[in-house]
Amino acid sequence: MEKKLMKGNVAIAEAAIHAGCKCFFGYPITPQNELIEHMSKRLLKLEDGVFVQSESEVAAINMVFGAAGAGARVMTSSSGPGLSLKQEGISFLAGAELPAVIVNVMRGGPGLGGIQPAQSDYFQATRGGGHGDYYTMVYAPANVQEAVDLVQKAFDKADEYRNPVIILADGVIGQMMEPAEIKDNDNSANYKKDWAVTGKEGSHNILRSLYLDPHELNIHNKNLTKKYEKIEANEIMFETAFIDDADIMIVAYGTTSRIARSAIREAREKGIKVGLFRPITLWPFPLKELKEAAKNTKNVVVAEMSSGQMIYDVKLALEGSKPVSFVGEAGGIIPTTKQILEAIELASKEE
Amino acid sequence: MPNFNKTKMITDVTMHYCPGCTHGIIHRLVAEVLEELNINDNAILVAPVGCSVIAYNYFKCDGIEAAHGRAPAVATGVKRVHPNKVVFTYQGDGDLASIGMAETVHVASRNENVTTIFVNNAIYGMTGGQMAPTTLVGQVTTTSPYGRASKNESGPIHIAEMISTIQGPAYVARVSVHDVPNIKKAKEAIKKAFQYQLDGKGYSLVEVLSTCPTNWGMSPVDALKWVKDNMLNVFPLGVYKEEK
Repeated sequence: MEKKLMKGNVAIAEAAIHAGCKCFFGYPITPQNELIEHMSKRLLKLEDGVFVQSESEVAAINMVFGAAGAGARVMTSSSGPGLSLKQEGISFLAGAELPAVIVNVMRGGPGLGGIQPAQSDYFQATRGGGHGDYYTMVYAPANVQEAVDLVQKAFDKADEYRNPVIILADGVIGQMMEPAEIKDNDNSANYKKDWAVTGKEGSHNILRSLYLDPHELNIHNKNLTKKYEKIEANEIMFETAFIDDADIMIVAYGTTSRIARSAIREAREKGIKVGLFRPITLWPFPLKELKEAAKNTKNVVVAEMSSGQMIYDVKLALEGSKPVSFVGEAGGIIPTTKQILEAIELASKEE
Repeated sequence: MPNFNKTKMITDVTMHYCPGCTHGIIHRLVAEVLEELNINDNAILVAPVGCSVIAYNYFKCDGIEAAHGRAPAVATGVKRVHPNKVVFTYQGDGDLASIGMAETVHVASRNENVTTIFVNNAIYGMTGGQMAPTTLVGQVTTTSPYGRASKNESGPIHIAEMISTIQGPAYVARVSVHDVPNIKKAKEAIKKAFQYQLDGKGYSLVEVLSTCPTNWGMSPVDALKWVKDNMLNVFPLGVYKEEK
């Protein structure tokens, strides 16, 4: 497929189909509606396509659970309040070790919040989100092309680790139009799913998250922990820019990282040496990599479209070694280049 | 004369159900029907949360465990991926008629080609005898200690009647297993329900009136009598919907 101008939500949907995802269950919520609409338009025309608009977010994620258990590549998408409802099913997916891709096109919260872009669900996404000891992988795209690439990667990683994977896109990524190229990238044949419930003759596969014997559950938890450690060791993704000579390091992800880049250019024109650290995986978070990148800087500024959530991971990474300040807006307000520049200037005056 | 054999589809795992509970009978009926229809080897069971949560240990087929009340949604996901396999949910009254009511209504409304065996014993068994949506008025449970009062909780919900008002489903019936003639009728209804699925006609639900001697505080024999004397007039047996 050649490069085309596409809305983020549509590009994410189309990228999933090109990664072999023929199965989608969803419920309307702004600002991700174009995603579910595109899925209905495309999948209902495919012979092996499955599309169901469910009665609720809860039902959608449990349909995902069924389809994932049946061995299909499957996706659902939502935003803030819908993700809260999906947490039950995400916890069950993690417990039963079923692969699925879940897209959150973030809006402002808490509660019904608003429909404008935000990065307010970082805590929820990176700390499991539902009940019990578990993690989901979390990818945070910063442009439409990257959203396409990460969605396709997400299906492979979900299958590889038998774990739910979250695409944490802010509302800007979902709503923005950018040129993107979507390649055929269906690697599902690489993942044998002999654990799936397929009704194969004589098969007695059981998919469950219930372990009534605490010793057995403890072993299950330890096995999950081993898997999470493997993901932490192998799957961290991040990007740096202008970091080699930087006195100040900005940490930002998604849309905010793009505003941070503009602020960095302006700061450098003023002679302030600023660099960017952009986590692409929010879980696993690039803890060691961030500390290493900040090694020669004096201080660190965290920019987010929230009241400050990722900042706790940044502080965890730095282990108190650098002063950390915050700049951001919540509720659907996008921080401006000027605001971030001011935060940089303030940080540059600190000793 | 034919020998009375153990059903092939039921595993040798010791069942955890309480003595006198009718889950064992209903399991056997489902297994017998699936064998007679030659589909026991490629059925997929969706287990609920409640007493039958580990039913997948007893049915020798693929099994997937749903969150509380979500079995119809999970069954939808499974069936859409494997439309040629027989998919069925086995759910109790708390699971199906309370926390999972939205899923229950919409699986019927979509006329999803799956079968539900709905075990109604008018109480939450697994959690220790709390009030269910199908608890009778006046019935004492651990959360209706003075009897389900029409003032506080109103009366029980009628699933077979309710689901039969929806345009979708192919077959809806209520049966009971409190005596042998009714057990035979229950089996016929269960067979019919699966036949509708095999014929691709859509959703089928069989509500089975069942006992809970432990939480009702009765002997198994008294419990069977209680179904006959108290449940049958509140939950009339019969076929509520049947697509021709």
